Amino acid sequence: MLIETMTSLGVPELLAQFIYAVLIAFLCVNFIAIYAGVVSVVERRVAAKMQSRVGPNRVGPQGALQWLADGIKLILKEDLIPNGADKFLFKLAPFLMASGVAGAFIVLPWGPSSVIGADLNVGLLYLISVTALVAIATLMAAWASNNKWSLLGGMRAAAMIVSYEIPVAMGLLPAIMIAGSLQVSVLMDAQGWAPWDWIVFNNPFAMLGFLLFVTGSVAESNRTPFDLTEAESELVAGYATEYSGFRFAVFTLAEFANTWVVGAVGAAIFLGAGHAPPILSSLPGIEVVIFVGKTMFMVLILMWFRWTLPRFRIDQMMDFSWKYMLPLSLIAFFGQAIYFLGTWDQPGIQIVVSHLMVLAFLGLLFLFLNRVMINFKHQAVVVNSPQTELAYLEKIGKIKPKVVESDVATEEAP
Amino acid sequence: MGKQLRTEVMTINMGPQHPSTHGVIRFIIKTDGEIVHECEPDVGYLHRSIEKIGELMTWQGFVPFTDRVDYLASMNANWAYCTAVESMIGTVVPRRAEFLRVMVGELNRISSHLIAIGATSMDLGGFTPFIQLLREREYINDLLEMACGARLTYNYMCIGGVLYDVPANWNEKVAEFLTHFELAMEQMNRLISYNRIFINRMANVAPVSREQAIGYNLVGPNLRGSGVQFDLRKNHPYSVYPELEFDIPYGQGREGQVGDSYDRYYVRLEEIRESIKIIRQCIKMIPEGDIQAKVKNSIKPPKGVFHSKTETPRGETGYLIESNEKTSAYRIKIRTGSFTAMSIIPELAPGLFIADLIALIGSLDVVAPELDR
Repeated sequence: MLIETMTSLGVPELLAQFIYAVLIAFLCVNFIAIYAGVVSVVERRVAAKMQSRVGPNRVGPQGALQWLADGIKLILKEDLIPNGADKFLFKLAPFLMASGVAGAFIVLPWGPSSVIGADLNVGLLYLISVTALVAIATLMAAWASNNKWSLLGGMRAAAMIVSYEIPVAMGLLPAIMIAGSLQVSVLMDAQGWAPWDWIVFNNPFAMLGFLLFVTGSVAESNRTPFDLTEAESELVAGYATEYSGFRFAVFTLAEFANTWVVGAVGAAIFLGAGHAPPILSSLPGIEVVIFVGKTMFMVLILMWFRWTLPRFRIDQMMDFSWKYMLPLSLIAFFGQAIYFLGTWDQPGIQIVVSHLMVLAFLGLLFLFLNRVMINFKHQAVVVNSPQTELAYLEKIGKIKPKVVESDVATEEAP
Repeated sequence: MGKQLRTEVMTINMGPQHPSTHGVIRFIIKTDGEIVHECEPDVGYLHRSIEKIGELMTWQGFVPFTDRVDYLASMNANWAYCTAVESMIGTVVPRRAEFLRVMVGELNRISSHLIAIGATSMDLGGFTPFIQLLREREYINDLLEMACGARLTYNYMCIGGVLYDVPANWNEKVAEFLTHFELAMEQMNRLISYNRIFINRMANVAPVSREQAIGYNLVGPNLRGSGVQFDLRKNHPYSVYPELEFDIPYGQGREGQVGDSYDRYYVRLEEIRESIKIIRQCIKMIPEGDIQAKVKNSIKPPKGVFHSKTETPRGETGYLIESNEKTSAYRIKIRTGSFTAMSIIPELAPGLFIADLIALIGSLDVVAPELDR
């Protein structure tokens, strides 16, 4: 749209395209920087809540500006390059990683299906391939650091990302089959506002695909339980051991930006994108609000994983990918195909199945909340209550009041 | 055929500042990729000559130093030394003091095991349980602070009893804490101990057979984890333990082989439950009375070599004391559980993954100050 406006004003088409590309890139990179900052504070506050701590709350209201302080601190730090490091690769790696993640933002939607940086017709394929750049960047950082812990981290990253690419891509297949396209806008428009119109509740195989996608994405974004590449207690800091200052900040930036990618893809392709209910659809910007809400919900789930689960071991992680996730993704793929063959001319069955899926999900949610209530009850048992204070126990006669002997002594002294 | 690629074993220095070596312990590991071929512990980074200090201090003056032998379980470390000296001079500790010792000792055992469990889970990537368990430990610290005014190095026990009596409402406070803690511990178990990922990480990792455990002189939970039912509190009872009812938890191969890391971990969990039982009984049984026996200011134990041992959270702590009728010891030798636990690591390490080695160190509950003294 922007390009057409510019060409009609007499700007050469190539220049118009270039201006458009620069503009989109500028917006994306700045969005990444701000989002990563804000979500790092959110993550720390969420983690603090889960761990009975307070978390950062000094800089700005409720610590909301902590990310600026962190960023300034990291930029002011000395940019160390270890002795014997491959200087060129060492300097390049963080930016390659950031560009791998930033590249994914081109095909991500921002609410309505018409607002996409570049609505490629091979959108999902592009997304999957460009995020794999992260593996190369990690390996590059690890090798260039001239540090054995880094190298181990890098080898783990390579093994991990190679093996989890497949289940992630296969997990997306049922959605692609339902919409019949790899284009993100088409996938978004294939869904409606109600949960039973979402692809995730379309049929059991789409649901399985969604679960595989989320699990695989957690692995690809290197977060616990798959954070083996930077396993703090094993490999000091993995591939980032030797990095400091701004370069380290860029690594962190890429990691947090990856959570948005996972969340946005999940929300756009499985969770009904930004479609608003008919009553609300006249409100301006409602689609953006709903879409961002769904994305942040996915991001919160990733945070929840990270602060709950312990870490896999490298061989268990590979087992998990090749022995469980790959067969399951094949089941999702073929199951979806067979389901399609059986019901393509019977929309009635499809509607019943999707409604049943939503009901089943609500049932599971209810059971889960029941479990949560048990924990709340356990937390309600207090310590240091007034019922065990001296004055109360003396009042009810459980302990005898103590006679203070020193008072008696001072009275008798003179 | 093609040329063979030249491969070599990589020597990695793990520690003394590695995040998961629990203080300053150094391991020199030789690995082939992720697999450990050889692991050599290098101890001595935290040596503070506590045994030598014992030769210069008076008998009573050495008690605060025993705190520093094992800072995670200072009460038990105090207790081990005081029992040793009391047996040398033949003092009978008043009954109330014995019960107080058992209560604070068991509370401290719980807090020490909380650190062991929490640190293990943190080593395996579960950060939340560690912080949650530290919160529970704070409550125990509050209780011990009520008793003696300190939160880490207590210096609560003295030769012949304990230094201070507890406040009047202490027993109620302890009872209230235990009610809260039992439920909190169950919650923590659901979060980490019964977690499938955690079990897979710990089960079948570095199993120690019964013979190996005895041969390498493992003590305490590490020995019991290998299925040996041996606890000094039962087998060589001291203090008022014969009057109290409790079981000895031991490794049964709950999720894999007997004596694997998960068994050692689980034994600690069950010991916490037993400790809760013991404290509950003590609250009912504790009598009124003196808290200190009358002990002369200048103790001069008879000439000879004495040995005394007690059960501390990290196993048996033995004191071998040689006296020559002076106001200070001629020689004090402290035998601690962490030191022997370190000696089995080179035996178990070959063939493990680096991540397993971390789990093994965590499950052996090695604490640096106790290791080096």
